[in-house]
Amino acid sequence: MAADGYVDHAPGYVANEGPKIVTGRFGYEDSHRLARFEATGGYEGLLRALALAPGAVHQQVRDAILLGRGGAGFPAGVKWGFLPPGRYPYYLVVNGDESEPGTYKDRLLMERDPHQLIEGCLIACYALGLSQCFLYVRGEMALAQERIAAALNEAYEAGYAGRRICGTDFSVDVVLTWGAGAYIVGEETALIESLEGNRGMPRLKPPYFPAAVGLYGQPTIVNNVETLSNLGWIMANGADAYRRHGSESSPGTRMFAVSGHVRRPGVYEVEHGVTTFRELLYGDNFARGILHDRELKAFIPGGGSAPWFFPEHLDLPLEAKPVGAAGSMLGSGAVVVMDETTDAVDAALRLVRFFARESCGKCTPCREGTTWLERILQRIADGRGRPSDIDLLLDVSDNISPGPYPAASDEARGLAAVAFPPRQTTICPLGPSAVAPVVSTIRRFRSEYEARITRRDAIPVKAAS
Amino acid sequence: MTGPAGEGPAVEITVDGAAVAARPGELLIEACERNGVYIPRFCYHPRMASVGMCRMCLVTVDTGRGPSLQPSCMVTVAEAMAVETESAAAVKAQNGVLEFLLINHPLDCPVCDKGGECPLQDQTMAYGPGESRFVEEKRHFEKPIAISATVHLDRERCILCDRCTRFADQVAGDPLISFMGRGGATEVNTFADEPFASYFSGNTVQICPVGALTAEPYRFKARPWDLTEAVSTAWVDSVGARVSVQSSRNRVLRVQGVDADAVNWGWLTDKERFGFEALDSDGRVTGPLVRDAATGALVPASWADAATRAVEALSRAPAERVAVLGGARLTNESQYAWAKLAKGVIGTDNVDAQLDDGLPPELVLSLPRATIDEVCRPGGVIVLLGGDPKEELGSLYLRLRHAVVSDGATLIEITPRATGLSGLAAHSLHPRPGETAELMRALLAAAATGAADGGAAGCDRAAIAAAAAALDGEFTVVLGRGSLAETADSAAAAAAMLAGRGSVRFLPVLRRGNVNGAFDAGLAPGLAPGRTLLAAGTDRLAGIWPRVPARPGRDARAVLKAASVGEIDVLVLLGADPLNDFSDRAVAANALDGAGSVIAVDLFVNDSAARAADVVLAAAGPTETEGTFTNIEGRVSPMAQKVTPPGTARADWMIAADLARRLGADLGFASPAEIRSEMAEASELHRALTPEALAASPVEGVMLAGTQIPVPAVEAPVAPGSRGLRLVATRTMYDDGVMLRHCPSSRGLARGPEARVNPAALYRIDARPSTTVRVSSARGHLDATLVVDEGVPVGAVAVGWLAPGAPANALIEAGSPVTEVTVEAR
Repeated sequence: MAADGYVDHAPGYVANEGPKIVTGRFGYEDSHRLARFEATGGYEGLLRALALAPGAVHQQVRDAILLGRGGAGFPAGVKWGFLPPGRYPYYLVVNGDESEPGTYKDRLLMERDPHQLIEGCLIACYALGLSQCFLYVRGEMALAQERIAAALNEAYEAGYAGRRICGTDFSVDVVLTWGAGAYIVGEETALIESLEGNRGMPRLKPPYFPAAVGLYGQPTIVNNVETLSNLGWIMANGADAYRRHGSESSPGTRMFAVSGHVRRPGVYEVEHGVTTFRELLYGDNFARGILHDRELKAFIPGGGSAPWFFPEHLDLPLEAKPVGAAGSMLGSGAVVVMDETTDAVDAALRLVRFFARESCGKCTPCREGTTWLERILQRIADGRGRPSDIDLLLDVSDNISPGPYPAASDEARGLAAVAFPPRQTTICPLGPSAVAPVVSTIRRFRSEYEARITRRDAIPVKAAS
Repeated sequence: MTGPAGEGPAVEITVDGAAVAARPGELLIEACERNGVYIPRFCYHPRMASVGMCRMCLVTVDTGRGPSLQPSCMVTVAEAMAVETESAAAVKAQNGVLEFLLINHPLDCPVCDKGGECPLQDQTMAYGPGESRFVEEKRHFEKPIAISATVHLDRERCILCDRCTRFADQVAGDPLISFMGRGGATEVNTFADEPFASYFSGNTVQICPVGALTAEPYRFKARPWDLTEAVSTAWVDSVGARVSVQSSRNRVLRVQGVDADAVNWGWLTDKERFGFEALDSDGRVTGPLVRDAATGALVPASWADAATRAVEALSRAPAERVAVLGGARLTNESQYAWAKLAKGVIGTDNVDAQLDDGLPPELVLSLPRATIDEVCRPGGVIVLLGGDPKEELGSLYLRLRHAVVSDGATLIEITPRATGLSGLAAHSLHPRPGETAELMRALLAAAATGAADGGAAGCDRAAIAAAAAALDGEFTVVLGRGSLAETADSAAAAAAMLAGRGSVRFLPVLRRGNVNGAFDAGLAPGLAPGRTLLAAGTDRLAGIWPRVPARPGRDARAVLKAASVGEIDVLVLLGADPLNDFSDRAVAANALDGAGSVIAVDLFVNDSAARAADVVLAAAGPTETEGTFTNIEGRVSPMAQKVTPPGTARADWMIAADLARRLGADLGFASPAEIRSEMAEASELHRALTPEALAASPVEGVMLAGTQIPVPAVEAPVAPGSRGLRLVATRTMYDDGVMLRHCPSSRGLARGPEARVNPAALYRIDARPSTTVRVSSARGHLDATLVVDEGVPVGAVAVGWLAPGAPANALIEAGSPVTEVTVEAR
């Protein structure tokens, strides 16, 4: 154990107090094995579902108001309803390509409780009348792939997956596949392209939803790992029980990954829509405050692509709508915390560099614009900035995401919040994501940029001997 | 894909405040352009699917939910849509996109071939920022890299618009170039060790919106503003693709595709695009040559001397002992002049534009014709009876491919071996060589009864039954010559069987240049101009031609056989090379040696002329003479003169007129225009070909339709009963033909000799794949590499027609229904 709250292992799940819907088994050493899963109520939800008509299962999910956990927060039951009737086959694609900076909840769900995810897939397949499911796991997540593969073998052997599941005439084939390391494949249409064996690049909209034209041109449902992991519990305990947790508009629980300058970083399962950022970052039950008792400088509420929040926004609830209205997004549930020692320019550069490297190269503003932003920021960070560079950064940003760009309110400077989402000249939201750290930091910490640009390190003088 | 207008009532939209009637289903960018509002673009191309990648065409669109920036190449018009193409937001976005595109684009316009005709340059002037705010180092790549034998790629100039990659993948079906890398390091490149070896690679150079792709023949040759252009017609094959011939200082420097909606949609094969190089090559005959009696060599002579020698030979010979072979290279006007000279002045009907390598002209001319558009109509059924369009008629292949891939057409191919379209064909039948008629009989019987009795011609029952079911309704037939190792009789009989079915129409795809024009001009035995039999045309020709042959003459096969036994006194080779193009090399050689005199009228001294010509008369080639061209549909389009012929070479019609004059006759015309007006007199068919009609349709051309010839009875030959291996010989895009030999950028592209066999037939051959084998027939042999190919019928060995060093006609006996061969290790 290192000094002062540092954990000497990779940040992972932290068992906090509160209801456990998807992380209930995480404490067990063998949580990923079928025996443990069955011993703790696993596959009960599937059996319950199989006893109902598919439409009734769909209705349960609709009633539960299960919001998608991938970032957009769209209700899963409604999304399922977009499948055009009769255009079989339908496909289910599981988006396990979690790669948003700061997010690591899906990885834990896949590593710690793969059967829970498989059960969710099977329930979704049953509810929607489809017989093929593609599990797409991020390429770098070796342990998740291994655990899911092993769990699938167990599930097939035990008759939970494959032909005639649990003695019914319902059959599903689950195909496990993994990515090749592209962030953009987390975007659902790019993921479908990658699944088809093409270069992972987003498709053009319209069609707006894969439910109309998806994998191999067929109606396709793309769901996030955490979304599907909720289904077993919902079917086992009912939509009413689910809605008793969380807020009215955002029921259930939600996993949040807290990282950065906090005493206890980790993934927490919290009541959706009720808990506030202050509780999550400062509460004893959660992250337990800023490291070294320093001051909070800023935090990103929803992963690297979200506009930044500042200390005055700590009392917002962990719920999509109010966060969106306040100028950012809850996204994939990743809260990145920065204390007063953080350099705004360096932090922005670090994030922009990520998006620039991960741009797929398909559309001009993203490919060229993000790279340009990175290079200007790098120049400023290197001490070669020009006063005009700040306006240049903002204007390049504006050409990627025509303003006003979403931002949190700043009363001290008399700036009102600009609500999410941003507009875009790009095909997908990756380009505008790179703008978030630029606009957020310039708006709030312009003086730091100016200092970086005007500061000149003294020329070292060598004393004549 | 945008295609032409949608059906239904117009869609009312507002563009920049003005009401515009758009077509239903039309893309916004198209609707605006049709109505005079040009929206800048890079990735959008009307002949390819939109991808919305460059983002240059962003405009403000309001469909009732408030204005937002939308790429106009992706948005379909909708009622009451309000569009602002010059809103502040759109102008800023377009300006921003251009600045983004330019930050990494080298400003080497002064040395860039695209400079002056560059969409990036032009649109920067019109829509871009005046100066760059980019102060960093630009992106660097090795420049340029050769991605194929002909095409160079400069990745620094590339703006990643996906046009070339999309063309290669979607249009040509050769996905050999692709995006690689990510973000700012994204580049277009080929895969490791796989060059961009596509027959259509030159199109990518033409559609590149910057100077990233350049082609060897034009690199650093000229500046666009020094070029003048004329719309003309591609001459290397019979599709009649429309081209723009561009020249500077009396040299043709570039040929580009012109978008003729009914023909080639702007696409060309590399052979059509780069074939002009041969015309300006060192091998070109620039003046008359005569055979020196002492040395046996061809030596330069004056036109007077050469013509006198030719005329002396002609005037000594009885008419029936004179023969004229070839003529597909010529313009319609020159073909008519030569038909008039041969038939009307000399009086011989031993005239044949084909060399036993096509189909009987009276059959081809008698069939009801289909246009390319009719063949390729959405949802249609296409029967391909003949060779491989990808190898023979590349720009037609692109149309057929599009019809199947994008327009839901069903393709049934009945070909001697797998073709470039086999992967797209609903049914692929490859009959045993010589048994096409048997297969067709079985197919039609199965279509009539709804069930196949059994296999036929080596094709199994299920395949025949499935294909027969697809023949249930309307269909069109793409009819060509399949294998050259068997006579055309079986295939002709099969075509005649289909012709009996009421509504069936045909697109004849004889591949050789202007062979369709030659037929229409009467350059075939038994024919008068205008798709008329000689006997039926005699009256009309009286008074226009001095005389008309009384009886039909010999075709090429009969001419050459007669010549080989000394029965032909004068053999005129009108661009013909029997040694390489006639089915039987031995007969061709004997004929050249046995003919009294051989007179070649040509652009090059081809192998036949080198062997036997006594006189070579230098002819003007395409781009050097004015005239018209008739394509496979019967569509007549102009051939433009852009440069003067080299040396003293003359247009073929002038040579005919000169010879006629020396023979004491006056052909009666002094220009192509005058020839056309005489053609309109001599032929009912050509009456539609008025100067007004040609002027009114400069791109699409004038369709000549109708025929005076009834469908002849064609007897199917009896299928041979032998069980030996049979030869299949088909044409390839690149071969050892004389034009390609003189075309620097295409010279190395012909594949070496290959003998292809089905894996199931390997056991009959005592040799290993990839080793050299000897293919032998009763006539001769050739050496080739043994290649395993599932697309070859089990009982066959397939070779290319004119592979360098291994001409297939060494194996073939003219007139033989099949060619039996053996294959053994070498």
